[in-house]
Amino acid sequence: MKLTCLSMGHGLYCPPCHMLELCGFRVLLECPLDLSALTVFSPVIPNSAPDLIGAVPWYKTVKSLHLWDPSLIDLVIISTPYAMLGLPFLTCLHDFSGKIYATEAVVRIGCLMMEDLVSMHAEYNQFYGPDERSGCPGWMEWEELEKLPLELRDIVMGKDGEELGSWMPLYSATDVKECMLKIHSLRYGEEACYNSTLILKSFSSGLEIGSSNWMINGPRRNFTYLSSSIFKSAHAMGFDYYSLRGNDLILFSDLSVEMTHDGPNDAYGCKIYNETVVEDPLPYHISAVGANCASEQDLVKCLLENDEILEESDKIAFICSCVLDSLNEGGSVLIPIGRIGIVHFLLEKIWQYLELSNMMVPIFMISTISEEILAFMNAMPEWLCEERQLKLFSGEPLFGHIELIKEKKLYLFPVLNSSNLSMIWQEPCLVFCPHWNLRLGPAVHLLSRWHKDHKSLLILEEGVDAEMALLPFKTLSMKVLQCSFFAGIKLKKIQPLLELLQPKLVLFPDRLKSQLNFSKNYTHLYYSENSTLRVPCLKEDFEVRLMRYLDFKLQPRILPHENLAIARLEGQFLVSNGNHLLVPVKNPTHISSKQQLNWGSVDPDLLLQALKDKGIDGLISYDETAPCHGVHSIHISAPDEAVIEIDSKQTVIFAANENLTAVICETFSSVCSGI
Amino acid sequence: MTIECLILGAGQEVGKSCVVVKVGGKSIMFDCGMHMGYLDHRRYPDFSLISQSGDFSSVISCIVITHFHLDHVGALPYFTEVCGYNGPIFMTYPTKALAPLMLEDYRKVMVERRGEDEQFSYEHIIKCMKKVTALDLKQTVNVDKDLQIRAYYAGHVLGAAMIYAKVGDSTMVYTGDYNMTPDRHLGAAQIERLQLDLLITESTYATTIRDSKYARETEFLKVVHNCIARGGKVLIPTFALGRAQELCLLLDEYWERMNLKVPIYFSAGLTIQANMYYKMLISWTSQKIKDTYATHNAFDFKHVRPFERSFINASGPCVLFATPGMISGGFSLEVFKQWAPAEINLVTLPGYCVAGTIGHKLMSGKPTRIDLDKDTHIDVRCQIHQLSFSPHTDAKGIMDLVGLLSPQHVILVHGEKPKMALLRGRIQTELGIQCYDPANNETVSIPTNRTVKIDATKAFIKSYSVTNFDVLSTRLVGFTDSNHADVEILPTLGEKKAAEGILLMDKTKRAKIVCENELLLNLGVEEHSLRLAYCCPVHMDCLEQTSYQSTSGSSIGFEKGNSSPAAATSPECQPERSTCILGKCSLLTTLLRRLESQIWCKNIEENPNYLKLKSIKIHSCSKNTCPYRTKDESGGRFTLYFCCSWSPVDQDLAWKLITIMKGTNTSLVQDTCTMEEEMPKN
Repeated sequence: MKLTCLSMGHGLYCPPCHMLELCGFRVLLECPLDLSALTVFSPVIPNSAPDLIGAVPWYKTVKSLHLWDPSLIDLVIISTPYAMLGLPFLTCLHDFSGKIYATEAVVRIGCLMMEDLVSMHAEYNQFYGPDERSGCPGWMEWEELEKLPLELRDIVMGKDGEELGSWMPLYSATDVKECMLKIHSLRYGEEACYNSTLILKSFSSGLEIGSSNWMINGPRRNFTYLSSSIFKSAHAMGFDYYSLRGNDLILFSDLSVEMTHDGPNDAYGCKIYNETVVEDPLPYHISAVGANCASEQDLVKCLLENDEILEESDKIAFICSCVLDSLNEGGSVLIPIGRIGIVHFLLEKIWQYLELSNMMVPIFMISTISEEILAFMNAMPEWLCEERQLKLFSGEPLFGHIELIKEKKLYLFPVLNSSNLSMIWQEPCLVFCPHWNLRLGPAVHLLSRWHKDHKSLLILEEGVDAEMALLPFKTLSMKVLQCSFFAGIKLKKIQPLLELLQPKLVLFPDRLKSQLNFSKNYTHLYYSENSTLRVPCLKEDFEVRLMRYLDFKLQPRILPHENLAIARLEGQFLVSNGNHLLVPVKNPTHISSKQQLNWGSVDPDLLLQALKDKGIDGLISYDETAPCHGVHSIHISAPDEAVIEIDSKQTVIFAANENLTAVICETFSSVCSGI
Repeated sequence: MTIECLILGAGQEVGKSCVVVKVGGKSIMFDCGMHMGYLDHRRYPDFSLISQSGDFSSVISCIVITHFHLDHVGALPYFTEVCGYNGPIFMTYPTKALAPLMLEDYRKVMVERRGEDEQFSYEHIIKCMKKVTALDLKQTVNVDKDLQIRAYYAGHVLGAAMIYAKVGDSTMVYTGDYNMTPDRHLGAAQIERLQLDLLITESTYATTIRDSKYARETEFLKVVHNCIARGGKVLIPTFALGRAQELCLLLDEYWERMNLKVPIYFSAGLTIQANMYYKMLISWTSQKIKDTYATHNAFDFKHVRPFERSFINASGPCVLFATPGMISGGFSLEVFKQWAPAEINLVTLPGYCVAGTIGHKLMSGKPTRIDLDKDTHIDVRCQIHQLSFSPHTDAKGIMDLVGLLSPQHVILVHGEKPKMALLRGRIQTELGIQCYDPANNETVSIPTNRTVKIDATKAFIKSYSVTNFDVLSTRLVGFTDSNHADVEILPTLGEKKAAEGILLMDKTKRAKIVCENELLLNLGVEEHSLRLAYCCPVHMDCLEQTSYQSTSGSSIGFEKGNSSPAAATSPECQPERSTCILGKCSLLTTLLRRLESQIWCKNIEENPNYLKLKSIKIHSCSKNTCPYRTKDESGGRFTLYFCCSWSPVDQDLAWKLITIMKGTNTSLVQDTCTMEEEMPKN
């Protein structure tokens, strides 16, 4: 097995991407887009920053993926909706013929996100007119690139200009449709079988509705692909680590770890941009739990410690109070958060706060897909957390937004210039809308409207380069709150998790090298970007099922010295559902017509004695001069002439008589060990 | 190993479905239903047959419920809360959501309206449902190390599932109730081609081939339309779930199409709650409804509005859905009392009504007067229409499913005895599958295949796992006479060659299959090969008769079009060549010509010093005193000798070649022995 890490990714929206060579198949893990790179383009608003590129944006794909021949990719596995945004680039290549697997929920959400991306992008096309140039756009020309400020050039070109080739013009809605047709969607916990050899199964990872970790079982490999996972979530079904137990090999691809520790985070993991709020940062308990003393219950307890969900709700509470403050002051609040689960959780919480403080502020959700997403979220109970599933069983709506819409407290609009929107619109208000990179969607226009209003509030996610994203919106008087939401396994939980999963081998990103010290129960290897890691085989033999055992009619031969019984076996070899099967053949070849395998040495005296018992007579002579410890010859005189030459490795029978030869052969088998 | 299948219910009858399958130390209970037709002990399966001691939790590994109908789930709270079963229970999400409503409704009817002792309480239902693990379709659940279950879509009602279970290597499917044709709100049953030891299938319509549901739907709509056109009121007493939504979809669509304005009412309690479930569980409905829900949820009915008590005596036509379904009391009875005496009104009845309810009385005959109690009676003058939308598969569907799955054995349940016997006969004769139709409390034992897990070395797997593309280019060796028609026996592509290996059986380790050469390594021994040899005399005068072409090498072998070997014998003889002393090489070539003229084969390898066919090697032997020549067979003619050696496996072929070389080849004319031949290396 070989693993090549194509990209370590950039946070949640651009997860790591790997190429795996497994059991002779080439498996691509994730196919993301780096939408944060879009910040180099200037949004379509008046007075935008002059440094930014004023052109129809292109989109940055995974650079190293272009180095692989698409026709040789057999399988693509997608674990979150964000990780599939780059898929249409792959599927529209005519020589790509691989199979794509993702869970049904991921496919639905991912599809909507791609459609949303296409429709938001259309605004640029309308502004700049259709692109008539073929080949590279103007901004990609060398002279233009040289003019760019250093930061921008870094984003566009990477080191040494190697990332310049990863920019692509956006796919069309038709490309998206075609892409969707090529994806095989799986229900919760459904097993899929690829080419009778690989069994794929997804288990919830807790990150988002439908997002999953994958188990890939081949004939000699039990492989777990562990993407960013959250143990307990307020909306999606939690991280199902229990089902991943017992696999030999884990690819640890949760790279959120470092992210949450980067930078000076303030209270509740939020920081207020441009202002400094001095509060004690939460103490992180990085000290790993002692691995040797932990029993299984302890491990589970440690994993399910509620601190994440508590921290998260503290954080949400903090955000809500900030929102409330702004609204109280008469400012509007803009929330361009991309994570669907977080958006809905926030919506419910903020509504509770508004109710409590008796405020009547309209909430808008403006996106081409908001209606569909909301409808979808209320019809996918299989992927929700326990608390929400209980709502299903008691017949209540799964999410609070149904009520809000009915009571006309939440309004859904596809675009800002929807005809009814202006009739209802009032400020201050609360708006949820895309896009988090502040270059696409209604967020751009609302921000350009409110950015000078010091009473208004913008809520950004951690991981977005706020400096860069806000560049076109100078001078900024608006308050900006940047929050980090959980996007993966906490560092301190990695160790107990692995103790529980009991793998034999774990593949870690090299960046975690310094942060982890490991127990000896399993070996671990480190992978790094753009290098291929050869993973040693853990199992020497294949497992085969001998079907209808008795029908094989084995004729075992016992070898007393070796304490073994051996038997020739003939069967039809089948591969089905990842299992190798041997079934009895209908018309087995007759054993005697097969080549016999003999070994060891033959005692000439014994052979002659046996021949004599069958009425064949002869004399033994010995020729010492021959190579290989000399040759014994038995000259048969009756019933016909024949010569048998025996040395340590070979016996040769010379005879003109067919029947005699047959008898001698038979006798030979009785004195020489063989099968 | 055997699968033991105990039929606790629905054996040669419909009602109280319950089958316990015991295999490999595990027991799985499929469904735990009650019989609606009995009120005594016969209403529940006889659980004492599972365990005399009453300790069910240790005997049963898990319970799987297929759908929320009472004859499949009715006895569950009784079994868990009263009998004390405490193990895992599985059902699909919709079943888990809807079964408690069903159970509570039944309990209320039984206890509150008929004054019976309750078998289980409301708390029992709630407690019981808490123990249930919900399943998604196709989700593969490992109940424990050796037991795996999976649900497939069955179509019958919302959330109905067929259950696949695997214990060790024994596999089975229990269908529950299913429908092989999609209907207005549900899709058709879907299952993969699984390799099964046992299929337990329902057989409600064991012999009927059903007409389309469309006709019955049209009839229903016609009756309803006629009634409202005359200004009548339509009462549809129905249970809140399933049928109500299906009929509502039907009417809503019809109203839309016909542009009708007559109101459709839902009685209180039935409306929002029940539809809410359907809206949330939309992914379990038919494809058409699923495709459109984002823009319009089909269960947001356009023409349906809530009913108010004051509307009962309001004038004008209307359609009303009211609970409970069998007019056993409650609101539907209240409305029935008011509407039944008017001739223009219509009451539709569900397909099945419990004995003792008004629904049951209406169905059995056409009574004109129904006595509620001593003092009150209802004059029934309205029309009665009986619905017959049965979401069960018909005989064709059952045969299709059995044919698709092709299990080793079939057990029929949930049907009527005489019809089941007929279906059993069809399955056995038409599909050749062993089939049983046991009665209640009978046990069927089914043998399963013995499977052993062994190891196989990489080399063994490698040699057989790759599809053998060589098959295409494989040629045949056939002995032919000069004017024979070619017999081409090419193995059909896709028919893989059998894998051969040697099984090592050690007492302490798992058995292991290896290749021949690996065996020797394993045993730490060296091969001792056995060869046979003969120094064969070839008469030169025979050689003279055999022509050869010395001019070009290209004429060696026969083209496919020129496959008649007779062509090789026609070129002119060159007598002056044959008299000269031939070199070793040309001697071999001459011999090759001769062999090729006798056998249809171009696989003989020609090397400078020898000829090779399979394991047979032929050298020319120049030693005059070769010890392996038996006696002088020259007979005075000019004789050359060729030393032949071969391994025992090619004995027959070798002796045939020798016969040809000796020149006594006439015996070969009739020989059409053919055999597979490997590609020559060059």
